[in-house]
Amino acid sequence: MTVLEVNKLTKKFGGFTALSDINLEVKPGERLGLIGPNGSGKTTLINCVSGTIRDYQGEVVFNGENLNNLVAHKRARRGISRSFQIPKPFSSMTVKQNLLIPLEYAVTAEQLDGLTIEEHADKIMEDLELKDKSDDLTGGLTQIEMRKLELARAMALKPQLLISDEAMAGLSSSEVDDILKILIALNEATKITIVMIEHIMRAVMSFSERVVCLDAGKVIANSTPNEVIKNPAVEKAYLGE
Amino acid sequence: MTSNNKFYSIIVGLAVLAYLATALVDNQYYFFAGFAILQLMIMALAWNILGGYVGYVNFGSAAFFGLGAYAAIFVMEYFKADLFTQIITAGCFSAIVGLATGALTLRLRGVYFAIATLALLVVSETLILNWDYVGGAAGAYILPKRNPTVLGLLIVGKENALFGNYKELLFFVLCIFGLVTIVICRLIERSKFGRGLEALRDNEQAAESMGVPTLRLKLIATTISASIMGFTGGVFPYYMTFIDPISAFNLDISVNALAMPLIGGTATWLGPVLGAVVLGTLQQIATVTISSEINLLIVGLFLVGFVIFAPDGFLGLIKKFRNRGD
Ligand SMILES: Nc1ncnc2c1ncn2[C@@H]1O[C@H](COP(=O)(O)OP(=O)(O)OP(=O)(O)O)[C@@H](O)[C@H]1O
Ligand SMILES: [Mg+2]
Repeated sequence: MTVLEVNKLTKKFGGFTALSDINLEVKPGERLGLIGPNGSGKTTLINCVSGTIRDYQGEVVFNGENLNNLVAHKRARRGISRSFQIPKPFSSMTVKQNLLIPLEYAVTAEQLDGLTIEEHADKIMEDLELKDKSDDLTGGLTQIEMRKLELARAMALKPQLLISDEAMAGLSSSEVDDILKILIALNEATKITIVMIEHIMRAVMSFSERVVCLDAGKVIANSTPNEVIKNPAVEKAYLGE
Repeated sequence: MTSNNKFYSIIVGLAVLAYLATALVDNQYYFFAGFAILQLMIMALAWNILGGYVGYVNFGSAAFFGLGAYAAIFVMEYFKADLFTQIITAGCFSAIVGLATGALTLRLRGVYFAIATLALLVVSETLILNWDYVGGAAGAYILPKRNPTVLGLLIVGKENALFGNYKELLFFVLCIFGLVTIVICRLIERSKFGRGLEALRDNEQAAESMGVPTLRLKLIATTISASIMGFTGGVFPYYMTFIDPISAFNLDISVNALAMPLIGGTATWLGPVLGAVVLGTLQQIATVTISSEINLLIVGLFLVGFVIFAPDGFLGLIKKFRNRGD
C-alpha cells in the first residue's frame, strides 16, 4: 500500500538532467525526510509531484491513480499540498484571506466537518501562532512569519499528502521545535502523510521515520534516519571528496 | 440599510434619473457627451475585469469593440435584424472571439498575451477593411427604422413614445448597460470567482497549487470582458449612423480602455468609473473649448502622472486621504 509512487522520474532542463530515473514510494501516514545538498533536485522533485512541472518523463501515482495528465490544481484537489521554498504569498490579501483560498477552492464539504472555512483558517493560524497577524497584509510580515504562512496555507488545503519545502529555514531553534511538534501532532491526529525537505539535520532526524537523500538528481540513500546519517555516500555528498 | 441595499437603490435611482433626463432635457449635446463618457466607462470596466482583477494587459479592446460593431452591421444587413438583436449578437460574437483568443494565448504569460491582443486588433481591422459586404474601407450607413415598436409599445416617435429620438433611446440603453456592468463587476469582486482571480493575479503558481483552476478562470474573465466590449460596440454604429473600420477599430479605444482604470485605480469597479467620468468629462470640455485632437494628450499626461506619482490611481489617493483623517 502506497499513497505516493514515483516511477522512473526524469526531468531535464535543456541539456541538464535535474532528476534522473527517480523511484520513490511513500506509505500512508508516513513521515518522510527528503535531504540532499543544494541543487540536488529536491524542489524539482516536488514540483513534478505537485504538477507545477508537468513535462517530465516517468510517472507520478497517487492513491493508485496516475497523475501525469492532471494539472496542478487537480492534483491539489486530490489531496497533494506543498509549500514553496521561496514564499509565494497572495500579496494583496491578508494572512487569513491567503488561507481561505485553498479552503474555498480545494476543500470539500465533508472535510470541513461542520465548521466554516473561517473557523478552519482561525484554527490553523492559532496552531502556527499567526493569529494576531490574521488581518495583516502579507507585505508587512517578517521572513519567519512568511514561512509560517507558507506552511499554514499548505495545511489549509487539508491535504492527504503535505510536502513542506524548507519551511524552517531561518527559524530559531525553539520555533523549529514548535513547528515540528505541530507537524507531528497533525500527522498523528489525522494520519496525513508528510514529506519534509529540510537542511536543518536535527529537525529532519527527529521528525522523520525514514529519510531519502538525493544527490545530483539521483537517490543515493533511502532508509532510517540513523542509517542514512552513517551512510558514507551521504557524507560524501554533503562534505565533498 | 445594508450596504448592498444602498448600492442597488442607487443603481435603480440612476436608471430612473437617466430615463427622466431623456424626457426632460432638450439640449441634445448632453446626450452626445453622456454617450461618449458612458462608452469610455463601460470599456474601462470591461478592460479592468482582465487587466485589473487578473493582471493581464489587453491592448486589443478596440478589436472586441469593433468586432461587436461589425457583428451588429452584419446581422442588420443579412437578417434585417432589429436594434436589440444586433446588440445581443454583438456581445455574443465578441464573447466567442474573446474565448478563442484566450484559449490560444492565455497559456502564455503577461507580455505575450498583450502582444497577441494587439495582433488581434490588426488582424480584425484588416479583415473588415477587405470585406465589402459590411462596407469595406468605405464604411456602412445605418438607417434607423421609423416608429419602432416593442410589444405594441412605440419606442421612438414624436408623440406618445418612450423616447423622443434615437439618440435619447441609445443614451438610455447605454446607461442601463453601464449600470448592469457595474453590478457585474461588483458581483465578481465579491464572489469566489473574484477571489480566485485575485489569487492568480498575485501568484499564478501558488494559486494553481492551492486548487484554483487558473486557466479556466482566466478564460471566463476574458470572455466576460470581451462580451461587454462587444455589446458596447454593438450600440456604436446605430448611434453614429455610420461606421467604418478606422473608427470601429481605433487604437484610441484600446488606449482609453486601459488608461481609465490605471488612472482611476484597478482594485474595484469604482476606479474605472471615476477614471472614465473625470477624464471623459475633461475630454468633452476640451473638445468643445479647444479641439478633440488633444483628447488623447490629456489621457496620456494623466497616465504618466499617475503611474509615477499615484500608482494606485484615484482610489489609492482617496484611501490615503481617508487614512490621514483617522
Ligand atoms: N526552471 C529551471 N531551469 C533550469 N534549471 C533549473 C530549473 N529549476 C531548477 N534547475 C536546476 O536543477 C537543479 C536542481 O534544482 P532544485 O531547485 O531542485 O534543487 P534543490 O535540491 O531544491 O536545492 P536547494 O537545496 O538549494 O533548494 C539545480 O541545478 C537547478 O539549477
Ligand atoms: Mg529547493
